[in-house]
Amino acid sequence: MKYLERRVIHGLLLLIGVSILCFALSAAAPGNFFDEMKLNPQISPSTVAGLRARYGFDQPLVWRYGHWVESVLRGEWGYSFAYNCPVRSLLLVRARNTLILTGLATLLAWLIAVPLGVWTANRRGRWDDRLSMASTSLLLSVPELVIALVLLYWAVRIHTLPVGGMASVDFGGLGVQAKLFDLALHLVVPVTTLVLASLPLLVRHIRASMIEVLQAPFVQAARAHGIGGARLLFRYALPAAANPLSSLLGLSVGALLSGSLLVEVITGWPGLGPLLLDAALARDIYVVVGAVMASTLFMIFGGILADILLVAVDPRVRLGKV
Amino acid sequence: MTCAHSSCASALLRIHGLTVRYAASQEQSSPALVGVEFDIRRGETVGILGESGSGKSTLALSILGLLPVSTNITGSMLFENKDLLQFDESAWGTVRGTRIAMIFQDPGLSLSPVMRVGDQIAEVLRAHRPGPRKVRKQQVEAILRDVGLSQGDRIYGAYPHQLSGGELHRVAIAQALSCRPDVVIADEPTQSLDATRQAEILDVLREVNRKFGCAIIFITHNPALLAGFADRVIVMYAGRIVEEGPVPQVFRQPLHPYTKGLLQLVPASLQDPDRTRGQHLPALPGSLSHSDRSTRGCIFESRCFARTELCQSESPREVVPEEGRRVSCFNYEN
Repeated sequence: MKYLERRVIHGLLLLIGVSILCFALSAAAPGNFFDEMKLNPQISPSTVAGLRARYGFDQPLVWRYGHWVESVLRGEWGYSFAYNCPVRSLLLVRARNTLILTGLATLLAWLIAVPLGVWTANRRGRWDDRLSMASTSLLLSVPELVIALVLLYWAVRIHTLPVGGMASVDFGGLGVQAKLFDLALHLVVPVTTLVLASLPLLVRHIRASMIEVLQAPFVQAARAHGIGGARLLFRYALPAAANPLSSLLGLSVGALLSGSLLVEVITGWPGLGPLLLDAALARDIYVVVGAVMASTLFMIFGGILADILLVAVDPRVRLGKV
Repeated sequence: MTCAHSSCASALLRIHGLTVRYAASQEQSSPALVGVEFDIRRGETVGILGESGSGKSTLALSILGLLPVSTNITGSMLFENKDLLQFDESAWGTVRGTRIAMIFQDPGLSLSPVMRVGDQIAEVLRAHRPGPRKVRKQQVEAILRDVGLSQGDRIYGAYPHQLSGGELHRVAIAQALSCRPDVVIADEPTQSLDATRQAEILDVLREVNRKFGCAIIFITHNPALLAGFADRVIVMYAGRIVEEGPVPQVFRQPLHPYTKGLLQLVPASLQDPDRTRGQHLPALPGSLSHSDRSTRGCIFESRCFARTELCQSESPREVVPEEGRRVSCFNYEN
């Protein structure tokens, strides 16, 4: 378990590094939240100066960073100028929404990609493998932006799917089942976009790993012992390919989370994406830093998840060899 | 070609005129096996002797139907009078692992690194003898005891990397024997072991042969392993059988120049007190070159110490110098 401890410490160091970089970059960007107020004749320069002083903008960057760290330790994660509340309360809701979206998308993508990758590896070079390779190539070359727009267009045309948001207007008055159904309907477009965008890479990786394993001597030996078909693929070959695939899972969790930011903006999903975009445009820097930190946390979590999985599936790692 | 045995009728496996040509070598280069012909009777042990490239492993794979689909195979392989070459995948499923099984060269490679070895033996049982899991586990432990692994529990739950080389070899044998096959093909099953372990594994195989009555095809390049183990030896060179006969006779009086050469290489001669230090170890001159196979004349001609002009132009026919033996060499044609 020493290995996991080390990974957690690495993750913490990464978080600190990202926070410093994020702080420095947002300070280097021209303008701040209060600049717009200066243009407003109804707000006196002294009010603006007072606000600046209140939020520490007259202090050096290092002081502000220290102040922010202190507020993180208090559990506040800084203060949003635009929403006029601690960043934490904003982040919690938005991060939850992003997790619902990407969690579901990751799950679905893997549920489709694993059987498809295993199957096409086994059918290598046949028509169904070629069809799968061609369609994944096509999907791989289409940006997720385009996929989202096409799906949105389709949703608008068929009138049964909601476009944008994650809840209907009457959401509050619905029963538990109706609420879940409403949520599911709102999830269709963003989840499908994310699944389609991440699927090709997963299928291709799983196929490649499986092709390698299928040529391994022990798979040939299992064949010689009369083991074949699905049993050979899923009982023998897939677990042996689990090593590279669990690393891929960790990566895909991280990649989906960062990739989802854009998709959230386009499909109007109230996750971290739109929050980050609005905050960046408004120079609401503590929200920007907070949202970036949340994304980083997800990435690190994905990596640690991959390590835990690796330990769980590979006895050589678990029992301390290799 | 003629069959060298009087007891042909009782053959369990009859291989007749087996010629194998890998797809990549179509037309231009020569086939991996040419007109291979022999019988395996129930319960006998047959050694197949030859150096690397002689076609031993191709032979093993073709008996199990594991050659790539693109391979061109002609001839016939009668197993209980059914031609294995006509089998489709589902028919092979009733033969592989249950009637004809194989022990691979290196169990470190032929066992899955991520499955418990007990489960891997159980999987073979599961594929051929459906039954409740608990019963299967007991069967596996019984098989492990049969191959001399008494600590069934510890072995069952171990992963391959937790076992010693000798234990792994026994597991591989147990896996092959789990369904009590009629024929076991052992492809250099002791290659990666030291001399003491080799002897142990040979003992296990001998014991298994005696106890379960399964025929063993023992593929090796080392004649010393066959002495006292195999009933019969088949010597292969460049994809062809050059000599066959009972082990004691062939080893006492080899006929084919290639067999003679191979037998001289046995390091037992190193214990010869007359041999002085610093002398070169014996070796067969030349090497098995692929071009030899396609040219006219005897395939062994370029390396043969007894070659004549005839050997360059024509290939020798197979002759039966005495009951139960055959050889392909001009020296014995009269």
